Amino acid sequence: MEEPRNPINNISAEISDKENQIKAERLQAGFLAGSISRRGFMTGAVALGATLAGASTIVEQAMAATPKAGGRLKIGITGGSTSDTLDPGQILDAFNINVLMGQTRGNMTRIRPDGQIEGDLCESFEASNGAKTWKFNVRQGVEFHNGKSMTSEDVVDSIRHHMGEDSTSAAKGIVAGIKSIKADGKYGVVMELNEGNADITMALSDYHLNICPSNGDGTIDWQSGVGAGAYVLQEYDPGVRAFTTKNPNFYNADTEAWFDEVETIGVIDPTARMSALSTGAIDCINNVPPKTAGRLGKMMNVKTLISTGNKQITLPMHCDKEPFTDPNVRNAIKHIVNRQDWLDKVLYGYGELGNDNPIGPANIYRATTDELPQRQYDPELAKSLLKKAGHDGLSIKFHAADTGFAGAVDAGSLMAESAKAAGINIEVVREPNDGYWSNVWTKKAFSACYWSGRPTEDWIFSLIYASDAKWNDTNWKNSSFDKLLLEARAETDQAKRRAMYVEMQQILHTDGGLCLPLFQSEIMGYRTSVGVPDQVGNDWELDGHRCALRWWKA
Amino acid sequence: MNNLLFMIVKRVALGVLTLILLSLLIFLSVEALPGDLAQEILGQQATPEAVAAIRKDLGLDLPPHIRYVNWLGGMLQGDFGTSLALKRPIIDLIAPRLQNTLFLTLYTACIAVPLAILLGMMASLFRNSYFDRISNASALSAISMPEFFVGYILIYFLALSGYFPSMANITPSTPLFEKLYACFLPALTLTLVVTAHMMRMTRAAIINILALPYIEMAHLKGVRPSRIIFRHALPNALAPIVNVVALNLAYLITGVVIVEIVFVFPGLGQLMVDGVRFRDVPVVQASSLVFASAYVGLNLLADIISTATNPRLMRRK
Repeated sequence: MEEPRNPINNISAEISDKENQIKAERLQAGFLAGSISRRGFMTGAVALGATLAGASTIVEQAMAATPKAGGRLKIGITGGSTSDTLDPGQILDAFNINVLMGQTRGNMTRIRPDGQIEGDLCESFEASNGAKTWKFNVRQGVEFHNGKSMTSEDVVDSIRHHMGEDSTSAAKGIVAGIKSIKADGKYGVVMELNEGNADITMALSDYHLNICPSNGDGTIDWQSGVGAGAYVLQEYDPGVRAFTTKNPNFYNADTEAWFDEVETIGVIDPTARMSALSTGAIDCINNVPPKTAGRLGKMMNVKTLISTGNKQITLPMHCDKEPFTDPNVRNAIKHIVNRQDWLDKVLYGYGELGNDNPIGPANIYRATTDELPQRQYDPELAKSLLKKAGHDGLSIKFHAADTGFAGAVDAGSLMAESAKAAGINIEVVREPNDGYWSNVWTKKAFSACYWSGRPTEDWIFSLIYASDAKWNDTNWKNSSFDKLLLEARAETDQAKRRAMYVEMQQILHTDGGLCLPLFQSEIMGYRTSVGVPDQVGNDWELDGHRCALRWWKA
Repeated sequence: MNNLLFMIVKRVALGVLTLILLSLLIFLSVEALPGDLAQEILGQQATPEAVAAIRKDLGLDLPPHIRYVNWLGGMLQGDFGTSLALKRPIIDLIAPRLQNTLFLTLYTACIAVPLAILLGMMASLFRNSYFDRISNASALSAISMPEFFVGYILIYFLALSGYFPSMANITPSTPLFEKLYACFLPALTLTLVVTAHMMRMTRAAIINILALPYIEMAHLKGVRPSRIIFRHALPNALAPIVNVVALNLAYLITGVVIVEIVFVFPGLGQLMVDGVRFRDVPVVQASSLVFASAYVGLNLLADIISTATNPRLMRRK
């Protein structure tokens, strides 16, 4: 895969003399840190043997890497729909996540580009009672866009919006572990959980859990689109266009939110997105199809941005249905998928091999390849596993539609082909895209699916793989896995937690009904007129959907 | 004149009946699709509790016939209803989209109709000449290509070189001239798609009339060919031409969702597709009623014009 960013990023690469190389590296470090002037760096680098062109490239890059205020960012984004609303409980896809979470509103906490959690509208938090009781300190002096001061009441009501029996929120499951949340003075919030959870702060960064102003009667005002975020919502046409302007009172206005205005435009068609980017009608786009990503890199004034997070392609097998009741059969299936072949042909190389384990590049406690060796295509092993299970050859059906994941039907055909060597006959059933999630996924014993992944181990495990999980799409039940999940959740010692999560990944890998062949990269494009920091978040596309906050007009 | 009035009343009554039948048909089709609004909104994240809560909230737990009768009752009183997904009055949703769609239709019609009729007349005037053959062949090639393909080709040649914008994402506040500029490519795409039909119909209708004895008489009198066509043939060929123009205008209102997507144009088609995707029945009903009314209305208008311009039909006893 080509690497389009930063053609030269180290001046010492241009210098042949070993000693001068080290000097040049020091010089560059000093310049980037600001202790050496631009002129000092240029003359120094040329004196050490670098070319003038090379030195000025470094300078240009450094200049472009310094954020500067002003300008308008135009985002061309997918996932917009005319039926979108401003209700945080019904945020569905990229367009609304970017506009509502990334621009106009904030959450209690948020995820930094390096994957760690930090306070957002709550500036700090601490746990007690085995991570069962949490105290949050609401940031003081923050104003909503309508001038109302933010207090603990707004935070409490915003979370309660998703809780309770008759909540229509899609985030109902995320807040299910919260027993109660109440205000403690004007700027304190106390949260009681049903059981200890060291990751609740991560869960609170979920894109649904925006902080909106309270109406004073326990409900929140989401209808007006008022928030306390970096940009003020001026115009909102669902799925079509949103227009926001800089909030001068944003609490972090000195270090973030550089643009004066942000225009978010819903562009469903990939060709329309690419042509608008290449003509400069928009500044950045998400969701570039892997098929055409190579062309994007060749366009004038356009750069490709690739981030591999936890977005994953999964093939759930129902452990309570024949023939998948036997773990040997499940493992045989996991061995007949030619993962490298899928990566090359389905994702055109934009991704990473999966290891039948949902913990991905954006998680902290991902098992290393020493702890969990990469599973490979091995039809001989699959054959012997089948024999162990008492099968001599096997015929199964694989149900797929492009809603499951893009290219699912083709991927199924690849699998059917590679399975023949193990004596397994796979019939690929093409299902309609319409109603796929309600009629095929979780109904058929073997189907295609994808998950955008979750930032914490606990979250995705308890969402899908615990015995009583809401979306247990493999119907897998394992008591030692469940026990470890509870223990790890309340454990605050990092090393112990890591050991437990690694063990859980091993259990899932060897016993689970999950075949996870690939992690899929997000491919984005942006014009060189936009500055992008070196480290971008991989929790969501477009820098964790905070491009309006962290990028700038170069 | 009474004939004409009677025809209008009869046709309007039939039109209303058609619309009601159609709304029932649409309702049943959306009901027959797998899944409902609650499941579609929640997608992969649908849990039984959240689905039940949304259904109850929106009244989707009522039996279908009651929901249909409720909707029809509101409709007859002029209430388009409320979008299930947005909880916003549908009229607020449809009005700006319809305005955009009508703008694009009108824009396209202003280019396509004069062009098609002029080309058709010229083609009949210079029948079997190179001009006739070339204009026929190019119009037919344009109509044979799928709309999105025509759109992409125009983007490739006219947008990537910077002459015209590839996105027509207009807003109500966009000034008129800018709107015309932004929508030029979608209008041109649609022009290429609809011109052939109208042009060939004009040519055929005029050629048909040119074979009649009174035209031969005019020839014998020594009238110039262009005068024969403009003065004697065209007025008598108007009926079929007006009909085909109406049909194409109706198509421009209802059938341009693909062009909308390619050029990121916020029109009515996209609204309806989203409505179907999320099983938002009231939105689908309302948009299909608008589409159907466009068909019924434009056809009626075409019939009125062809009757009014034809003395034989007007004075029939």
